[in-house]
Amino acid sequence: MFEVVAQGEGPLFMDPDADKAREFFRKKNRSLVNKLMTVKEAVSKFVHDGDYLGIGGFGANRIPTAICHEIVRQGKKNMAFAGHTSTHDFQILAAGEVFNRCDIAYIIGLEARGLSPNARRYMESGKVECCEWTNYAMALRLKAAAMGVSFIPGRNIMGTDTFKHSAVKVVKCPFTGKLYALYPALWPDVAAIHVHEADIYGNCRIRGISIADLELARAAKHLIITCERLVHNEEIRSNPSATAIPYYLVDAVCEVPYGSYPGNMPYEYFSDEEHLKLWLETEKDPEEFKKFLDKYIYNTKDFNEYLELCGGIERINELRAQEKLIELNGRE
Amino acid sequence: MADYNTMEMMIVAAARNLEDGATVGVGTGAPCAASMLAQKTHAPNLVIMFEAGGISPLLPTMPISVGDSRTFYKAVMASGMCDIMETCQRGMVDYTFLGGAQIDMYGNLNSTVIGEWRKPKVRFPGSGGANDFASFCWRIMVITPQDARRFVEKVSFITSPGYLDGPGAREKAGLPANTGPYKVITNMAVMGYDEETKRMRVESIHHGYTFEQVQENTGFELLKAPDLSETKPPTEEELHILRTEVDPNRYIIGR
Repeated sequence: MFEVVAQGEGPLFMDPDADKAREFFRKKNRSLVNKLMTVKEAVSKFVHDGDYLGIGGFGANRIPTAICHEIVRQGKKNMAFAGHTSTHDFQILAAGEVFNRCDIAYIIGLEARGLSPNARRYMESGKVECCEWTNYAMALRLKAAAMGVSFIPGRNIMGTDTFKHSAVKVVKCPFTGKLYALYPALWPDVAAIHVHEADIYGNCRIRGISIADLELARAAKHLIITCERLVHNEEIRSNPSATAIPYYLVDAVCEVPYGSYPGNMPYEYFSDEEHLKLWLETEKDPEEFKKFLDKYIYNTKDFNEYLELCGGIERINELRAQEKLIELNGRE
Repeated sequence: MADYNTMEMMIVAAARNLEDGATVGVGTGAPCAASMLAQKTHAPNLVIMFEAGGISPLLPTMPISVGDSRTFYKAVMASGMCDIMETCQRGMVDYTFLGGAQIDMYGNLNSTVIGEWRKPKVRFPGSGGANDFASFCWRIMVITPQDARRFVEKVSFITSPGYLDGPGAREKAGLPANTGPYKVITNMAVMGYDEETKRMRVESIHHGYTFEQVQENTGFELLKAPDLSETKPPTEEELHILRTEVDPNRYIIGR
């Protein structure tokens, strides 16, 4: 038996029992079927009020923006959110007040761009129950879930207030007697990840850094994929070492070109810093922000309409040039 | 003496602490500028790592995010969060640069809340990868303005571990042995930590400032290093590279 020498006071939002997770995954469909659907269908089918949600990517890099918008548009409520490596995704979900429980590793901020005034108001309102973690801690919790075990050790977090407000248990290593932080496994009810290429069954390719998405894809009970473009299954099979996510983890595939906008998509387009600044600026005035959300999310029927409002293909082409470090004539 | 601003002084002072062949876990902003400057001056083999997975990129421009595509431009590997943090946990990452809203005399950092955690006056982003880097990397460096509201007797919340409450506290809590705060670089001085007490001490003061001024802008009593000196000002070469190659758009040095 491990001796628990210290433990955090934070709430555990999800059951870390590996056998219960196994019972779920035992029944998960493994058949090779066409999973293509619209973002609207995917969200209404696989995202429910009260669900625990995970979002892939890194805040404003390779994020499934269309899914975040649709969750807000469909008015999902009382969800729990895995708030690690989250920036613009958090900003969108906080704008819709879709969650009331949050595992926190990084929230509210948009890195060097500043803090989101609206997300900050929401987190300071007392409406959200919180538990503190770190980015690696959350990646480890997903890794434990992906491994099918109920906890995983790490040597971080101990001795801090982050630990005190987490749900970590510190134990003595049975081999060395040294102290380790144990992280409980996290199986989100549903996750969404944006990838470069997918086939209709859900086999996915990611280019560039994977962040914590390989773990998230394997930990999530339901997984929605949005992709820049669909490829044929033959293409996937021509180079299996490029596959990052195998189809049997995936429940829905949505083709959403420029789907990480206004975030960066590696090798495709850079982030739209002007539009992200507009979000941050508008949020300062709650009334203005309400109108902004109506315009950009609630009154748009889908992600294409949002892209059009933001400058459409012309703007995208500028961002494509930025990503590829091409100087357009007279522009940066 | 060359003409320079305080941000340039801070970046140059930080860069000089990174030796050739070392590994460093960095964020965006001044730390990234310092690492790029070191790489383009005395440390061409400096290995820069970003928490989201970028390993040893040839940074073409200043990244906006620690996960944007610049962080793995012409990199040796585009990896992931676990791989980066586990490389730190294995003991292969020498330095990290961190920041925060508050720092105390033991180098503990707060980036979570001001006020009570349950009813915060101000909510900040939280740890991100900072607690992980601060737990695992051998030496922690901080670049921050010298300000009594930042350098406080007691931080509202210890987000990332410094020396906690003094000598031996990190090891006692379970953190890897022989790790901890190393330098704090401000607009006025470079500080380190006293070996015995693990308390912050002033090691060199930038040209134009006095120890008294540094102390006045600090909310706790600072120790003085026995060989307290004046910080070597930036050289023409350092400034030239910083202004033309590292940050030509003055994103950081123009702040």
